[in-house]
Amino acid sequence: MQKPFDNRAWLLVLPVFALVAFNAIIPLMTVVNYSVQDVFDPTHRSFVGADWYREMLHSTRLQNALSRQFLFSALVLLIELPLGVAIALVMPRKGGFATSATMVLVALPLLIPWNVIGTIWVILLRPDIGIVGHFIDHTLGIHFDYPTVPSQAWGSVLAMEVWHWTPLVALLAYAGLRAIPDAYYQAARIDGASAWAVFRHIELPKMRGVLTIAILLRFMDSFLIYTEPFVLTGGGPGDSTTFLSIYLVKIAVGEFDVGRAGAFSIIYFLIILALSYVFYQALQRVGTGASR
Amino acid sequence: MKARARVAVLVLYLGLLLLPIYWMLNMSLRDNNDIMSQLTLVPVHPTLKNYAEILTDKSWYMGYVNSFAYVSMNTVITLVVALPAAYAFSRYRFLGDKHLFFWLLTNRMAPAAVFLLPVFQLYSALGLIDHYIAVALAHTLFNVPLAVWILEGFMSGVPREIDETARIDGYSLPRFFLTVFIPLIRAGVGVTAFFCFMFSWVELLFARTLTITEAKPIAAVMTRTVSASGLDWGLLAAAGILTIVPGGLVIYFVRNYIAKGFALGRV
Repeated sequence: MQKPFDNRAWLLVLPVFALVAFNAIIPLMTVVNYSVQDVFDPTHRSFVGADWYREMLHSTRLQNALSRQFLFSALVLLIELPLGVAIALVMPRKGGFATSATMVLVALPLLIPWNVIGTIWVILLRPDIGIVGHFIDHTLGIHFDYPTVPSQAWGSVLAMEVWHWTPLVALLAYAGLRAIPDAYYQAARIDGASAWAVFRHIELPKMRGVLTIAILLRFMDSFLIYTEPFVLTGGGPGDSTTFLSIYLVKIAVGEFDVGRAGAFSIIYFLIILALSYVFYQALQRVGTGASR
Repeated sequence: MKARARVAVLVLYLGLLLLPIYWMLNMSLRDNNDIMSQLTLVPVHPTLKNYAEILTDKSWYMGYVNSFAYVSMNTVITLVVALPAAYAFSRYRFLGDKHLFFWLLTNRMAPAAVFLLPVFQLYSALGLIDHYIAVALAHTLFNVPLAVWILEGFMSGVPREIDETARIDGYSLPRFFLTVFIPLIRAGVGVTAFFCFMFSWVELLFARTLTITEAKPIAAVMTRTVSASGLDWGLLAAAGILTIVPGGLVIYFVRNYIAKGFALGRV
């Protein structure tokens, strides 16, 4: 059944529109304003056109941060999706205490403030006071000092990210699994289907919708990551864990270079916009086709 | 045997999941000199003095009050504006509806780092810096789009015949909405409130930028454990544990809806 067309529905949407416009459009215009000017002080500024954009697009630091960001987001998806699905498959599906307890424990990392996530991992990974850092450094005998060794800093940020966000994927996949009627499993049992066949032909197709949401949310949020790696490594050593948001804040707040930061912001935002559009289209299709 | 293997994998995962949190709990129950002198799996000289210090010092515990104040304001504002909007998206087509929905979603995906400086200037110009309402309003940037998205999913699960029956029975739209429709999707409203709490509670970049002292969130107060004598790890860990407790309680209340909620009402 087609939804009725009625422009008075705008009245219901107006408060949301006004509120988000206030928070998004005014600041965005300020950023655009910065990105085309060279600001010396509040009274001295000159129009520089697209100079900052040209400079930022040719900046190797920006290009490095961008490829680092894509690599990070790709690894996050490659690790968290299979792991999350695997965890969802072993979570208890009948109600009762075990199920409730599992839900609360799995969801717990999602409710921890992001800088506390960073703090938890600092405490865990320091070779002097952290159990994991101590274990790698003393028991395994591998020199472990994540703030100074780039590969270890990378591994630490990735491990933290996987620890923090795999629960989201697991809960989404679990929601999809719970929606599968028992009759499907009974039919599979009568047909003598193997566990793999059940997963491949019943469970995986039924999880398509929720997994698309998981990919969308995980890709976007890992693309915007700031607080957790900032607390853990501060973007270092050198630039080795400087992802896009960390680099942007370095320019905007650290160096107070609002022209370059403005141009960078707009480029960053356009990338996000393009990617969001692709994912949104995918999601719309799933929204109409998932139940088939 | 197969069931036993599943339980073993689950227990292993939960163990790995809880290890970092347990380690912080361990630290929080120890004195800083004790922490620096030896590594022990359980606190040998357990002490509650870190917690006592936080719960008796006003500059510490006011951080929790501040966080709760702006998180609850944000949740109320978000629900009030998002409920009618989600209804409009779920029940009507109107000029530019698809574009508007996409534009809302882009704000959920906008990097906070991009908006940091201009949002600070905007709220400075309005004289709202260091007031709860500034953080509550700033957090609507990502919470309102998410709330509309989740609520629209739950509302679309309610058959449209109910709306039409109510109209024939003589209900006005506001009366139908408040007395019939919202009770029907109360699980969705609860889940949405949970998500607003969650994302407002964990966010720090805006919350720290828009506050100075009076409305400073607990997560930002934590950074002051850095002093001339170095970090007080025990105190830092205790403050961290106390930021996890409210989240754990809130999850407990929504545990039966959490799976559906994370699927944004679209299962």
